[in-house]
Amino acid sequence: MKLNAKIPSGPLSEKWSKYKSSQNLVNPANKRKFDIIVVGTGLAGASAAASLGELGFKVKNFCYQDSPRRAHSIAAQGGINAAKNYQNDGDSVYRLFYDTIKGGDYRAREANVYRLAEVSNQIIDQCVGQGVPFARDYGGYLDNRSFGGALVSRTFYARGQTGQQLLLGAYGALNRQIAAGNVTMYTRTEMMDIVLVDGIARGIVTRNLETGELESHFGHAVVLATGGYGNVFFLSTNAMGSNASAIWKAYKKGACFANPAFVQIHPTCIPVHGASQSKLTLMSESLRNDGRIWVPKEKEDAEKIRAGKLKPTDLPDEKRDYYLERRYPAFGNLVPRDVASRAAKERCDAGYGVGSGQAVYLDFKDSISRLGKAKIEERYGNLFQMYEKIVDENPYETPMMIYPAIHYTMGGLWVDYELMTTIPGLFAIGEANFSDHGANRLGASALMQGLADGYFVLPFTIQNYLASQLSVPRMDPAKQPEFAAAVEGTKEWNEKLMGIKGSRSVDSIHKELGLAMWDHVGMGRNKPGLEEGITKIKKVKELFWNDVKIPGNADTMNIELEKANRVADFLELGELLAKDALHREESCGGHFREEHAMSDGEAKRDDDNFKYVGAWEYKGPGKEPELNKEALDYEFIQVKTRNYKE
Amino acid sequence: MDLTLKVWRQENRKAKGRFESYSLKNISPDSSFLEMLDVLNEQLIMQNNEPVAFDHDCREGICGMCSLFINGRAHGPDESITTCQLHMRKFSDGDTIVIEPWRAGGFPVIKDLIVDRSAFDQILQAGGFISVNTGSARDGNGILIPKEKSDESMDAAACIGCGACVATCKNSSAMLFMASKVSHLALLPQGRPEAVRRAKAMVAKMDELGFGSCTNTGACEVECPKGISIAHIARLNREFLVANLKP
Ligand SMILES: Cc1cc2nc3c(=O)[nH]c(=O)nc-3n(C[C@H](O)[C@H](O)[C@H](O)COP(=O)(O)OP(=O)(O)OC[C@H]3O[C@@H](n4cnc5c(N)ncnc54)[C@H](O)[C@@H]3O)c2cc1C
Ligand code: SF4
Ligand code: FES
Repeated sequence: MKLNAKIPSGPLSEKWSKYKSSQNLVNPANKRKFDIIVVGTGLAGASAAASLGELGFKVKNFCYQDSPRRAHSIAAQGGINAAKNYQNDGDSVYRLFYDTIKGGDYRAREANVYRLAEVSNQIIDQCVGQGVPFARDYGGYLDNRSFGGALVSRTFYARGQTGQQLLLGAYGALNRQIAAGNVTMYTRTEMMDIVLVDGIARGIVTRNLETGELESHFGHAVVLATGGYGNVFFLSTNAMGSNASAIWKAYKKGACFANPAFVQIHPTCIPVHGASQSKLTLMSESLRNDGRIWVPKEKEDAEKIRAGKLKPTDLPDEKRDYYLERRYPAFGNLVPRDVASRAAKERCDAGYGVGSGQAVYLDFKDSISRLGKAKIEERYGNLFQMYEKIVDENPYETPMMIYPAIHYTMGGLWVDYELMTTIPGLFAIGEANFSDHGANRLGASALMQGLADGYFVLPFTIQNYLASQLSVPRMDPAKQPEFAAAVEGTKEWNEKLMGIKGSRSVDSIHKELGLAMWDHVGMGRNKPGLEEGITKIKKVKELFWNDVKIPGNADTMNIELEKANRVADFLELGELLAKDALHREESCGGHFREEHAMSDGEAKRDDDNFKYVGAWEYKGPGKEPELNKEALDYEFIQVKTRNYKE
Repeated sequence: MDLTLKVWRQENRKAKGRFESYSLKNISPDSSFLEMLDVLNEQLIMQNNEPVAFDHDCREGICGMCSLFINGRAHGPDESITTCQLHMRKFSDGDTIVIEPWRAGGFPVIKDLIVDRSAFDQILQAGGFISVNTGSARDGNGILIPKEKSDESMDAAACIGCGACVATCKNSSAMLFMASKVSHLALLPQGRPEAVRRAKAMVAKMDELGFGSCTNTGACEVECPKGISIAHIARLNREFLVANLKP
């Protein structure tokens, strides 16, 4: 397949405005004639559905939760970036663009990232307009904090609940359109398949999670805003229901899947505690503004701490190794996530870990004595409370223990500049696409991207496509054989799952998959490990299809069937992820191949051979997928080795 | 620790429910309450029984999806948390734990411990927003908001829409939920223009949906996992209802 990113010509800073002024638009009277399906109500989906509704399109919006407000975006804590330069610290659209490209280790598309930085400021205005109570200073002006990978303070926040407040803003806008009759909302509804008519996306098949009923929905265009696939690792910071099924079904219908191996491991999560653990809890990156990360300098001290014979608070400063400050003097505790995660793993693997051995300290002692406990409480109170409830230790008194965990997926459906996938009429926005973060995402940039896509990009670019669809009438799914076939296919798929009647629960198999992924396709990847990983994943897949046990029926509410459907897709995606990691013989961003490291342990990128987006194309069951490459041409910035030391 | 669970089981909306007893062994005190239920479900599946259906998603106290009445208390015995943040160390070896769904007229049971809370969405659709179209907002710093006001607005905006307030209230009133939204928006200058209209529309919707009226028992505030204060209900009454309903 030939990938055409459709990047407008001209200078970087003029591409988007030029595109907007010359693209095709749909006139107001015609907008009503178009049905648009939006799957997902997170920041990307809710903002898109609301904005499209405002423009006059007829929108159908779907989510698997009982309310659109509960989408996983609600859990984002730290903040959202924008190039406002309110702090007068030298920020600009260009600097945000540059930091994002550099943070992504030069594996993202210049034009998309520049556009993202460009619309970032409008997002803040929009959210303030909706009543998002961003933190303010005493003068009444908006406050900012710093996040990893940046030397400026450009992150806007609402306590430790930024995602919640932004989503409630978008949900409000969505509610307004629901009330106005422009958006029809379907909750507790899972997308099961995409329907193509003559190769063009024309609708979806859904399962009503309460009744088990399968339904068909027509749309002149289909937008997937279904989030990331971190749960392929079983344990992650994602919500329990976060899944890859929607984008995976799209992949199997012909949408290319780009860079699946680019997965982000977040350095500051609460460490794993036991076998019945169901998810990992993130401690926001914003904590690295005021917390210092360390392990003991001496192995003996680490051993004593692990054995409970020494308290961390009793270890004097000169016996502590603030290893990020030591290794990266310029960025210190605020290096990007991939760098911080690997550094923690390196210390723990070398025997300096605390807790179970797989943990490091995040210490607020110095900032509490500098700023006072009240200030720290104001900034991070809810996070400290969350930590205490889980770990049963008071982080004001003893340092937090943290360890890296799977958090975000940079990979996703390949999209062009207009956010359209390789299936005409099928769009992907938010974490579900691959577009803006390259091989590593900077903190506070996912919220920015989700809202940029949903409020300010898709509502324009989708019109360029729809303008060519004016002659396509609304279709009645009941009269369209393609819909009936897709419903039949879904029915068969459910029956197949229900019919296995084996002896293993879905969760127990999902955990096995997760372990294989974490051990072999996680933070440190190498060729033999990845090959072993692929073999293991295949075995787990076989186990699943022979031995999974799903009680109940498919035509009622069935939580095990819901999970089985998602895990079946994770098993296939896990293999593609490992394959992508195996083929990419370089280290870049979150993808670290142990064979490709500098002598000081830093990642060694290979721009001569791998400066491209790897977009995988499905070729049918049992067949090898085909790798398509989109070369990344950096016209405007100079590609350099990432350096956070000076 | 070893436990006995008495769990509400109900096949669907129309079925008549009942309590079932289950015993569980070797639960780690470091497990969360929902992880304990995962263990129960694993056990039920292995015994060829249907697992207990319960709502949950983020498992970190922010999505508002989890619910449960545990030993007669919404979100269980601990303070200021949701059920998913409750840990087994709050219970003792040998305990019997009674687990029920939210019980309120406005929240019909769908299955086992899952209830239908879509009435909350409907209340907010009636007016719980600021009418601003995408792209039409002015500069974020063009509206100055005193820190105290914005902090107070944030306190109210912290509501996660879980429904514990309704489930706890003997009148099944949704006042705390609704008042938190009214305060969140009315405390901000952007929210003032529609404040009266918004409050009236939401109250009317709440009445229409069959939620009870508020008699100021304060029970909701005690069980709210996000510490939403009943002062918001007072503000709603004072500023919007009493003042504006007068002819
Ligand atoms: C704990 C945590 C903290 C974070 N903190 C930050 C932060 O501070 N700053 C930042 O920038 N980013 C942060 N992130 C990342 C960011 O939150 C996410 O990348 C972003 O919210 C994703 O938004 P989205 O709209 O793409 O998808 P989501 O919010 O995941 O929404 C997915 C939607 O799709 C629906 N859906 C999924 N599958 C189906 C299906 N098959 N059928 C029907 N509907 C479906 C769901 O119901 C949901 O509505 C954080 C992430 C986590 C996990
Ligand atoms: S007010 Fe409190 S108890 Fe009621 S829905 Fe909101 S968070 Fe839940
Ligand atoms: S599961 Fe999200 S609040 Fe409990």
